[in-house]
Amino acid sequence: MATHMAAPIANLVERLSKLPGIGPKTAQRLAFYLVRGADEDARALADAILAVKERVITCSRCFNITESDPCDICADSERDQSTVCVVEEALDVMALERTRSYHGLYHVLHGAVSPMNGVGPDDLRIQPLLKRLQNEPIREVILATNPNLEGDATAMYIHQRIESDDVSVTRPARGLPVGSDIEYTDESTLGRAIEGRQSF
Amino acid sequence: MRFRTYTARGIVLRQFNLGEADRILSILTPGQGKVRAIAKSVRRPKSKLRGSLDLTNLIDFSAAYGRDLDVVNEAQIRDDHPRVRSDLSRLSKAIYACEIADSFAQEQVPSGGQFDLMVNVLDALGDAPDPWPVVRWFETRMLDVSGFKPELESCVECFERVEPGSHLLDLGAGGILCPQCRSQGVGHKVQVSEGAMRALRHLQRTVKWRDLAPLRNIQARSEVEFIQTRYIRSVIERDLRSADFMRLAAEAKPSATGSI
Repeated sequence: MATHMAAPIANLVERLSKLPGIGPKTAQRLAFYLVRGADEDARALADAILAVKERVITCSRCFNITESDPCDICADSERDQSTVCVVEEALDVMALERTRSYHGLYHVLHGAVSPMNGVGPDDLRIQPLLKRLQNEPIREVILATNPNLEGDATAMYIHQRIESDDVSVTRPARGLPVGSDIEYTDESTLGRAIEGRQSF
Repeated sequence: MRFRTYTARGIVLRQFNLGEADRILSILTPGQGKVRAIAKSVRRPKSKLRGSLDLTNLIDFSAAYGRDLDVVNEAQIRDDHPRVRSDLSRLSKAIYACEIADSFAQEQVPSGGQFDLMVNVLDALGDAPDPWPVVRWFETRMLDVSGFKPELESCVECFERVEPGSHLLDLGAGGILCPQCRSQGVGHKVQVSEGAMRALRHLQRTVKWRDLAPLRNIQARSEVEFIQTRYIRSVIERDLRSADFMRLAAEAKPSATGSI
């Protein structure tokens, strides 16, 4: 079917619609916004995308997304070097940093075990984590994988692979989200919140 | 008149993320078989569906009929199998059972015994002291209720009753061959030892998992596991992806299983 769209715009629409959360209509809107916008804005966007692809790397120690190796967190000697927080994705590091409650190191697995989708432990950065435990003075591993079945399976697998008795393995507490209603909380979360209650 | 929405009990067999915050689910129900549904915004922190729709959960849910996918509106957990979820070996077996059920269940076809079997096996995986025979029992029962039970009593070529002993299992024909028909058959053949044959026949005769006899012979165990896996693979015509993880998890250090 003819789209009556200039080839460069059709190409841009096709590229944009491959991005997550962007359908063909949104892609068209974005493309025409860029066509109407200033040249320098379009160039700045293109430069930003290229810079991400050219300059962003993964940290060789924690596998976080970074511009320098080691990343800023690993290179910061002020941080607690004896605690490592294991997360599924680099976005989880940003979420934990926003809390300002955690001051240790990280290790990014880049996924979770998903047996039915063919993702096994060997597809994650578990082996480098075990190496870090041997070579670094780590005393606590916080397994902050997502609190769902696949996250739990990943956490239990890592727990089983940590051989040293000198390392304490913990999991973040589960409970009620701030601002939520107890009435609408699922039984599983509510049950764990009651089990993990603290003195007032 | 067909209502736009329905309520049902189901077990979440499979899920994968879609877009920013949605999730596509495969849910096994007794009346409608396998239902494929979308849970919108379920990955957002404020979603009221968030904790209910995890894999292996037994849920009551309501959904609206959709053109390709139904849309889940509400869900309430009936059982989230905490004893299964806190043990890696049992959890990996539950995931394996979900993959098998997802492979055998049909959409828009009442699931017959498949739903009850899934409820039973998830309970059993939490209760049984040794979950290994439970998985083999589940495989056998699922083949039975789905119409793929292998013939282990009579020869699939000449229909003569076959005495206990070591025999060839014809995967394509779906049963054993007597000594006279060994050279015949239509599919790939697997040798079954006398011990494994006895165990397989016992599994076929056992209706309730609590009546399972323990199988302590390691060689017979690995043979039964191999034969069942090969037979299921020949029926569904693909590998079960979660089988490798189940074997990996079974090698867990005994002290390391359990919640963290």
